[in-house]
Amino acid sequence: MATAEMNSSPSAVQARGLVKKFGDLCAVDGIDLDVPRGMIFAILGPNGAGKTTLMRMLATLLRPDGGSATVMGHDLQAAPGEVRASIAMTGQFASLDEDLTGRENLMLLARLWGFRGKSARERADQLLATFDLSEAATKQVKDYSGGMRRRLDIAASLIVTPGVLFLDEPTTGLDPVARKSVWSMIRQLAGSGVTILLTTQYMDEADQLAGRIAVIDHGKKIAEGSPRELKVATGSGFLHVAVADPNQLEEAARLLEARLGATVQRSAEGGTLAVVARTPKDANAALGALIDAGIELADFSMGSPSLEEVFFALTGKAKP
Amino acid sequence: MIGLTQVARPPAPSAFSNALVFGWRAVLKFKHVPEQLFDLVMTPIMFTLLFTFVFGGALAGSPGNYLQVFLPGILVQTVMFNAVYSGIGLSTDLSKGLFDRFRSLPIWSLAPFAGLMVGDMLRHTIAGGIILTIGLILGYRPEAGIVGVLSAFVMLITVGFGTGWVFIVLGLLVRTPTTVMTIGFTFLFPLIFASNIMVDPKTMPTWLRAFVEVNPVSLMTSAMRGLMGGTATVEQVGIALIAPVTLTVLLAPLTIWIYRRQ
Repeated sequence: MATAEMNSSPSAVQARGLVKKFGDLCAVDGIDLDVPRGMIFAILGPNGAGKTTLMRMLATLLRPDGGSATVMGHDLQAAPGEVRASIAMTGQFASLDEDLTGRENLMLLARLWGFRGKSARERADQLLATFDLSEAATKQVKDYSGGMRRRLDIAASLIVTPGVLFLDEPTTGLDPVARKSVWSMIRQLAGSGVTILLTTQYMDEADQLAGRIAVIDHGKKIAEGSPRELKVATGSGFLHVAVADPNQLEEAARLLEARLGATVQRSAEGGTLAVVARTPKDANAALGALIDAGIELADFSMGSPSLEEVFFALTGKAKP
Repeated sequence: MIGLTQVARPPAPSAFSNALVFGWRAVLKFKHVPEQLFDLVMTPIMFTLLFTFVFGGALAGSPGNYLQVFLPGILVQTVMFNAVYSGIGLSTDLSKGLFDRFRSLPIWSLAPFAGLMVGDMLRHTIAGGIILTIGLILGYRPEAGIVGVLSAFVMLITVGFGTGWVFIVLGLLVRTPTTVMTIGFTFLFPLIFASNIMVDPKTMPTWLRAFVEVNPVSLMTSAMRGLMGGTATVEQVGIALIAPVTLTVLLAPLTIWIYRRQ
């Protein structure tokens, strides 16, 4: 518990009515947030929803136009210095010096944190080893791959163990392998007791990592809960139907809507329909109606909605 | 994972120590991007050779005579162009999000600028040293000797320091590094050419001469000539320092204000 202040606030982050305006645009429009300590908390939303603005305010990089917040018990406006000392932030774009080597980047930050002489280098080498970058220690960052940069960028946030780590879209632009390795790193970090607040526009990322998700759209929080709660709130079961003949898709959608009384969502590729079915019996009856109408089904399944479908149900918009 | 065990913050370093770390960064940049030195000195070297050997005879009777007048001026030109680079560097850091990290650290908020200035002064000293060496090889002789040259370099770095603020402000405001460069050169070219660096203003039209005589670049160049030639007066040096001092006094607080506001 070296860095965690022993104070009364049970939340790592507590925000009340945070507002940020850019001219006429209200980027963040009165958001409340309670992030319990030690949790991975995801802020999920499409591009331009206000996720990054919210995070930058909590990291003291932007001054809120309204509302208040505490981070690790420190007030954002009254004690920004204390907030900075208890957080770390990894922005959307690798905030590294491309001309310097990986080790020099970490040593630079270690020295700024107050590690002196040899201890700065030792801390840099420890982190390089942890993040599997030892072999690239003396390479300039401009020669790093996207995944390596991301790892170094996160390592740079961990020179001193932060109370809260802010990760702004930690896997945007990474290939699937690099993405999985960043995910496993985030889980291990959370396991070591660091509270993690991350933004993402990927449903599966929030689903995979987060203990709790706040869904944000147009600067407002439109839902919050565990991934399970969000799915349950949207409808207990989703019927997914793949139609063999694309020409019959519209007719199938009409029949499903009539039978189940709910809006049918079309997949991005257009071949699959998804709709809330309250009970398996309802689903069965709807499938029967399709077959009776002579519509050939390539595939069907009954299951929990994906977060993508949750988002659609909450915002009435196609996936972000 | 050993690196992920809880690591506590060491005792907070001083503001001065923060600034030194940024100075160290500037030195590392030199180590990794030695090409930047090439950018810095190639133009002044070309100017020196071109003006001395092509125009020198026509302008001052002989290349040797011309170099004696021209060299202190080309040093002024060198540091002024060099100052553009810290603006470009700052703009690059800002556009890449590096400053977001610096800003979210519990450090002296002006330390990154102090680091830029350290880097600048290092560049000015190295570039100035190279130009002077070439001048000496070509036959330039500073009459005031070593003391004169050293005092001229102090003056030179002061000029660079003052000019540097202009480009730091530009770097803070303009987010594309190449635009900083274009604006910088557009602003510097008339100032440098309409000065007494290359040509004696005696032959210029009256209206232009009126400008050249009050152009701070001319005043700084005259002081440099005075210091290196051993004829400098307190008044000459004092008047030359007005511009760099004014720029620092006005723009340093402006830099802080813009930076804190962003």
